[in-house]
Amino acid sequence: MNPDVETDPVADFFTALAEFSETSAPLDFVLIAQNWELFYNGLLNTLSLVFLALAIGMVLALPMAIIKAERMPIGSQLVTAFVYVFRGTPLLVQAYIIYYGLAQFEFIRDSVFWPYLREPWWCALIAFSINSAAYQVEIYRGGIDAVPRGEVEAATAIGMSRWGALRHIILPSAIRRCFPMWGNETIFLLHGTAIASTITVIDILGAGRQLNARYYLAYEGFITATIIYMILIFLLTRVLIRVEKHLMKHMGEENLVKPAGKVLVT
Amino acid sequence: MEDLWAYRGLLLQGTLTTITLALSGLVVAVALGLLGAWGKLGGSRAGLRAANAYTTIVRSIPDICMMLLLYFGGQTLLNNIGQWTGLWDYIEINQFVAGTITIGIIFGAYMTETFRGAYQSIPKGQFEAATAIGMTPVQSFRIITLPQLMGYAIPSLGVNWMVLLKTTALVSIIGLQDVVWYALSAGRTTRNPFTFFLAVMVIYLILTFISELVLRWLERRYTVGRRPAGA
Repeated sequence: MNPDVETDPVADFFTALAEFSETSAPLDFVLIAQNWELFYNGLLNTLSLVFLALAIGMVLALPMAIIKAERMPIGSQLVTAFVYVFRGTPLLVQAYIIYYGLAQFEFIRDSVFWPYLREPWWCALIAFSINSAAYQVEIYRGGIDAVPRGEVEAATAIGMSRWGALRHIILPSAIRRCFPMWGNETIFLLHGTAIASTITVIDILGAGRQLNARYYLAYEGFITATIIYMILIFLLTRVLIRVEKHLMKHMGEENLVKPAGKVLVT
Repeated sequence: MEDLWAYRGLLLQGTLTTITLALSGLVVAVALGLLGAWGKLGGSRAGLRAANAYTTIVRSIPDICMMLLLYFGGQTLLNNIGQWTGLWDYIEINQFVAGTITIGIIFGAYMTETFRGAYQSIPKGQFEAATAIGMTPVQSFRIITLPQLMGYAIPSLGVNWMVLLKTTALVSIIGLQDVVWYALSAGRTTRNPFTFFLAVMVIYLILTFISELVLRWLERRYTVGRRPAGA
């Protein structure tokens, strides 16, 4: 080895990687690394869609859950119908009906909302928010129903109004209780947002598809996108489990509302 | 409305494709689910590791990514292997097969949990009784375990089926002519996409409703033995 030549391990690594990519690797790492910005923007799009849709879904779902849990006439039937329709149909079709479908009506094309409804990102956000709201309604309603009667009776006994009890006793207790299912819904929604790429949003998968299209690749883009999703879901699961443990410290296991069916966080 | 009527044949054909795909995906999923549950409960360390890896990986990949990866990537991979080994020439994966495999793999992971949970719900005394009257392990599984397993699995299996049915919509992205695919192309041709997607939503709701009825009937049938005497 020549001591006069400075060796830079980082540069060496990249030279080796480039050589490996060009000769023997099934994936072109250099090409992916060169397009990191595409995936970074995709990541930002996915994250903003997930968190905004969750938040909007929550705002929409809480009043509906209260209406349903309180068994208000007409209102609770309407909520049930809303939940049935949006949980019973594919998210893909919901995204299509908003992005492709709404343009069918002239009054929508003439309305003030058209600049937003024309944009795929906004359409995706609307679709995911409504869909998530439908799932969150059932989660919160389950949480409200699971609040022990004694807590509600105690609130009434000390003279709280129905609304006061709801705000100070029932909802805080219910929301903690349904956290495991809410975490489940977060991961479910993260999976679901990959659908945004079908209505031309450049999210993580959209970035992968664009990379494939630009360089005529078969799978590099998909694999990169898949790996990013896997890392995201792994990290998110850790965070959710930690928060859940923190929230549930004072509660026994048996008081939680257990997720049914598509269990993602265990 | 006239548009819908004009395209009724294609929509019906698409709906049949959706149902066929969902059912064939279900068969693969149940098979993989039983295999996965056996891996998790079979007592072998390697089996447990493999089953855990399977369910964890599937849960962390969005379904649409898996479908695109299997359809486009799987095709290239198969052909590369063929080229290297010289065993086969160009193979084209059919969309229906890709869809069935993807749905089977994804829901196999959820079914693994379904069957694992169901198996654990069967009272231990049942197996002990089977051994006590001299049944072989195979007999015990076929006569005692399997019928009860289905009874305990059906509620969760039903939830999985509902999600599976909706997941089939994704195959329209890889070009399989299911009900969503026909709605998309008919919507483009007639310039009435809303009408067609609304129709697709109604079709899915009808399928969900029928599924609910069938599941309720199945649950009653498979839990006959669990009902208290005289009830």
